[in-house]
Amino acid sequence: MANTQAMCTSFKGELLTATHNFGASPTRAGSTADTFKAALYLASATINASTTAYSATNEVTGTNYTAGGATVTNATAPATSGTTAYWTPSASITYTNVTLSTAFDTMLMYNSTQSNKAVAVYTFGSQTITAGTFTLTMPTNDATTGLLRLA
Amino acid sequence: MALVQTTHGAMDESLLEKKEGTFEDDNEITTWVEYWLGSELVHRSAHVTLKKNVLTEGITQMIS
Repeated sequence: MANTQAMCTSFKGELLTATHNFGASPTRAGSTADTFKAALYLASATINASTTAYSATNEVTGTNYTAGGATVTNATAPATSGTTAYWTPSASITYTNVTLSTAFDTMLMYNSTQSNKAVAVYTFGSQTITAGTFTLTMPTNDATTGLLRLA
Repeated sequence: MALVQTTHGAMDESLLEKKEGTFEDDNEITTWVEYWLGSELVHRSAHVTLKKNVLTEGITQMIS
């Protein structure tokens, strides 16, 4: 036998369920999943790894788009496979019958339960929508393609 | 008769010119559909499938 330095896979999975808290705050109460939302941002915005929380600045505006974006469907708990923890929304994110005339290319996923704190940024080719539907289809929820992965 | 939601309300698809396209790279697969009334764009929808996810590698440091 030999010992191997590693970050424990169980710990990675537990990060996704807020099991560990290395600081005095924030502390978590309750046992229900948080609500996550997906906001769209203009191609001219600067949303990146330094983004700490949702902001309406440079968010898209238009007919039938509500500031703050759409609620992410979260019916599948985080999981682990091999040495990777992963999670993926359990349904596509859809903005129905919207008109978004200014080009947008980014979705910010954030935690609306926890003071709108930022989770992840996803970019795609620049789009406009006219009296139509914009859909973000989720990848397969596994350790290779899951939308959020801790490897 | 298929109806399409447009900037002028629901319209019969047969009255409109339909344009479709697909784009794919390492990051996404995107399909889009447009309906035109003459030179006026009256409907555009897009569907993006994300291929690249966000990956964070957990790294432990050697104890020295």
